[in-house]
Amino acid sequence: MTERSLTFTLNGQPREAKVDPRVHLGDFLRHSLGLTGTHIGCEHGVCGACTVIVDGSPVRSCLMLAVQIDDCTVETVESLGKPGDLSPLQQAFAANHGLQCGFCTPGMLMTLEAFLRTTPAPTEEDVRIAISGNICRCTGYQGIVQATLDTASTKANRT
Amino acid sequence: MKAPPFQYHRPQTREELGTLLSSLENAKILAGGQSLMPMMNLRVLAPDHLIDINRIPGLAGIRETPEGIEIGAMTRQADILSSDVVKARLPLLSRALEHVGHIQTRARGTIGGSCCHLDPSAEQPAMCAILDAEFIVTRPDGHRIVPASEWFEGLLQSALGEQEFLEAIRIKPWAKGHGYGFAEYARRHGDFAIAGGAALIEASKDGRITRAALLSFGIEASPRRLSDAEAALIDQPIGKLDLEPAVAAARALDAMEDVHVTPDYRRHLAGVLIRRALNEACTTLERQP
Repeated sequence: MTERSLTFTLNGQPREAKVDPRVHLGDFLRHSLGLTGTHIGCEHGVCGACTVIVDGSPVRSCLMLAVQIDDCTVETVESLGKPGDLSPLQQAFAANHGLQCGFCTPGMLMTLEAFLRTTPAPTEEDVRIAISGNICRCTGYQGIVQATLDTASTKANRT
Repeated sequence: MKAPPFQYHRPQTREELGTLLSSLENAKILAGGQSLMPMMNLRVLAPDHLIDINRIPGLAGIRETPEGIEIGAMTRQADILSSDVVKARLPLLSRALEHVGHIQTRARGTIGGSCCHLDPSAEQPAMCAILDAEFIVTRPDGHRIVPASEWFEGLLQSALGEQEFLEAIRIKPWAKGHGYGFAEYARRHGDFAIAGGAALIEASKDGRITRAALLSFGIEASPRRLSDAEAALIDQPIGKLDLEPAVAAARALDAMEDVHVTPDYRRHLAGVLIRRALNEACTTLERQP
């Protein structure tokens, strides 16, 4: 199949790439760009592990073709923090045991990162609804919900 | 799994889209991709051509017109859910959209995509059916308007022809203060509903029903209006409604069987959910002073 050229912004940097149209965004990020922070779970849109942010909205990267991000802005979990310099949400996940095996974590983080931008003061129910499309088999969600609420209230107290 | 190979097309105008639809065999339109992409990844579908309509200007947006509220086919579910116009004038649609998928799927999924895909348990086409929506279809020689009563041709089958595409959905709002109710049963929030019900009512100043619409979805291959039960509601006093004709009509539907539930259980749910929807419509109705 004919490869298509695309230009996009990835984690703040302008990028250019060529891609086979049948490659979904998640595979493109992992295999073509080497950004393996994004995890691929079910590949049919039910687990949420592959969530990334495109033009400000959280999307399932297994249900979007890489060719569709032409002219778009993409954010992956690599944009949040680095080892030793975690983002506030990542720190709260660590402090609240919001992860165990870590497979769902990048999708949880990117979903909640986008969610907190539009809902800076959520209730517990808001958070639970926000992550209803992300499956975690380890934590029972309690730590994830608490981490999100802590992040929101810490930010509110600072400002 | 991964999608099988296909030729990717990204028309920039309706004309280009029309040309592609007229010339390509085994082509599929890619709207939000929240049903089509899973089906391709699971290899249930293998189109030779994928026509991505995400870059055609003017296919998304919500407009108030004298004929009703026009929602462009490519309007994302997230944008309909956050629309003040929809909240105020089509509250039932807002209410139903809370049950559609999750924030990630609503960020991409479109009302037009859902209405062309026509999953029997999908909320958006069901709301189009109870609201008597009109489907504005673009075809090679212009437009045609398809009423909701003619849109549903069967399981996953709309009235859209091969060379046509859905332009917008037009809905005439019910009177200000009308009652609306929605109930569905799914194993988890945001999952496909196993069954659902919806109700709309208007009432006179002395509290008698003047207009009613009732609908069950997820029961048969297409959403089903309960017309006889709608007629039976007319003139009944709010607060002392006889709900039994609606419940009986829902329980008499030709229910589907699947891995989740038997037809009997689905009929039972249909009855329970239409009762809940109708009761909710009575509580949301703003009583005239």
